[in-house]
Amino acid sequence: MLKIENLHTSVEQKNILKGLNLAIKPGEVHAIMGPNGAGKSTLGFILSGREGYQVTDGSVSFKGEDLLDMEIEERARKGLFLAFQYPVEIPGVSNMQFMKESLNAIREQRGETPLTAAEFLKKAKEACKQVQLPLDFLKRGVNEGFSGGEKKRNEIMQMILLEPSLCILDESDSGLDIDALQVVANGVNSQRDGKRSFIVITHYQRLLDYIKPDYVHILANGKVVKSGDASLAQDLEKEGYAFLGQDHSEETNA
Amino acid sequence: MSEQIEQALSRKYDAGFVSNIESETFPIGLDEDVIRRISVMKNEPKWMLEWRLRAYRTWLNMEEPEWAHVHYPKIDFQAISYYSAPKSMKDKPKSLDEVDPELLRTYEKLGIPLYEQQMLAGVAVDAVFDSVSVVTTYRKQLEEAGVIFCPISEAVHKYPELVKKYLGSVVPRADNYFAALNSAVFTDGSFVYIPKGVRCPMELSTYFRINEQNTGQFERTLIVADEGSHVSYLEGCTAPQRDENQLHAAVVELVALDDAQIKYSTVQNWYPGDENGKGGIYNFVTKRALCHTNAKVSWTQVETGSAITWKYPSCVLKGDNSVGEFYSVALTRGRQQADTGTKMIHLGKNTKSTIISKGISAGNSNNSYRGLVHMGAKADGARNFTQCDSLLIGDRCGAHTFPYIESRNPSAVVEHEATTSKVNDDQLFLCQQRGLDAEKAISMIVNGFCKEVFKELPMEFAVEAGKLLEISLEGSVG
Repeated sequence: MLKIENLHTSVEQKNILKGLNLAIKPGEVHAIMGPNGAGKSTLGFILSGREGYQVTDGSVSFKGEDLLDMEIEERARKGLFLAFQYPVEIPGVSNMQFMKESLNAIREQRGETPLTAAEFLKKAKEACKQVQLPLDFLKRGVNEGFSGGEKKRNEIMQMILLEPSLCILDESDSGLDIDALQVVANGVNSQRDGKRSFIVITHYQRLLDYIKPDYVHILANGKVVKSGDASLAQDLEKEGYAFLGQDHSEETNA
Repeated sequence: MSEQIEQALSRKYDAGFVSNIESETFPIGLDEDVIRRISVMKNEPKWMLEWRLRAYRTWLNMEEPEWAHVHYPKIDFQAISYYSAPKSMKDKPKSLDEVDPELLRTYEKLGIPLYEQQMLAGVAVDAVFDSVSVVTTYRKQLEEAGVIFCPISEAVHKYPELVKKYLGSVVPRADNYFAALNSAVFTDGSFVYIPKGVRCPMELSTYFRINEQNTGQFERTLIVADEGSHVSYLEGCTAPQRDENQLHAAVVELVALDDAQIKYSTVQNWYPGDENGKGGIYNFVTKRALCHTNAKVSWTQVETGSAITWKYPSCVLKGDNSVGEFYSVALTRGRQQADTGTKMIHLGKNTKSTIISKGISAGNSNNSYRGLVHMGAKADGARNFTQCDSLLIGDRCGAHTFPYIESRNPSAVVEHEATTSKVNDDQLFLCQQRGLDAEKAISMIVNGFCKEVFKELPMEFAVEAGKLLEISLEGSVG
């Protein structure tokens, strides 16, 4: 699904990732953990193609193609989805209209016909129910006036609707209470079908109680410093990041 | 993103073609003789000529206004021709079959079908080409309802009492420099009268086209809604792509008598000039409505064209409980300059007004909102709500807001909200990450921004306006 080799990146001339390697097979769930400033969110932005995040070395292949060569929307249409840590508002554009345009752009790429309004509405309602948002959220402006938790659930709703092949969840647990956390986790778990892959970026082990990862990677100072199975996250919970034995506070770009 | 916008400003202007039509065009220049000749061409009664000449003499003593936030070289009023009409219109064709086919093709290309059987159901059109009205459709059906919808040049002959009574009653001849000029030289435009208690059975619409070179267009529209009547009126405009600037100085007067309602919508798409600011229409327009007791007037405008827009559709809320509304989207790009807004003059008791203005600036353009809310001494309990939002695309454009509030009545309530925002990288990135290309994303964000105004437009126009914005924004990202 995804193969990252020796990835080096910089943001505003500051090196963030310094030789990252990661391979993800279809159906796998990989958790990326690490202290603040380790480059976790940078990884999500690099993979999705955000402007301002430069790759200085290394390669990334996605389903056998050169990911770094693709435009942002092309990556999205080919099945890469990023659930944002801080989803932005688009006032006046309804969630429904936004998701319909989005889904149809992706369907076109897959060689499928656009959904009719009725077909779309049915799917959207199901997704909306699944993340336990009231149906009027479909009519409201994208993230307009949503609470933090509602925004995160809205991201998961989009993920369910768009059926991507690789989902990157960027701290989808931050700022959530335990109920909302469960809703988000259930949404993600419902999409695990043995083919779809996930990168779960999180600071805390808590989310991984609900979303069981196949692998856990600890990212520090721009590299994967330790990899293991789900038990690694539990060790981390007990011992913290102290074992890394360095001060990570100088890089604040989470 | 700003780099992408750098490449932006090669706008496609679909209506920029020139029609090859034999026209009778006056030589350039303006004096009393020219006005007399216009009057002769229109075969006008003496009172009309006198009215024009009085306006002309007033205009001669007026100064061109310079307070607007727009910059342009001085207009040479002697370098403009004040009358141009297709030759085929001279003998007053009885039906469309006698009209120059090239003229009909022009409207076909613009998507304005003039044959009734091809028309949008329920919209009557008056098509004004340079200085004359080509055709007014659905007149028979309208007459049956008692509605008068005809070129104003015809109304002068057929309904002189109505014209005499109301022409200049809302925008007096000496109102301002461009209104005075218009009063002297206006050539055509639409006249509408809705009788007492009648709800106009269809949308009325005028489509203005400037074709001839070095010609000014000075149209005059007068709409009178008698007591308890309702009418919805649409106005559209385009012009060919030319290197010279052309002047469009129109006057629109609306009279809403007691309990009447007028909804006036404009989709203005005059040629805006090229990316370096060469050519384009100077759009200096005076639009005003007079509202009697319980009357309501709504102005809705979508302004995407013109090199310069100078226009303030206003409501004089004279009658008690009368209501004025102004919904505006003004989009500027390239070197366009817009100084637009409204005036709400509250004179009667419990009068209400709402102003929603959305300015969108891209490229090197400047977009200003200028609005006056005046609460007169007798306007007890009057209320105004103003919301004025600006959206910036890129980093070389400007958005400006000039609100004026005058309150002479302590019980009047005036609310003003204003925001300025940018189409930001985060929004764009979210859209692209969901599979939308940048252009689609910008147009969606801008449409969302304008939603409150678009929902006020008549349905088929709202679709049109959305599409127009889409075309206008084409290429605003690389």
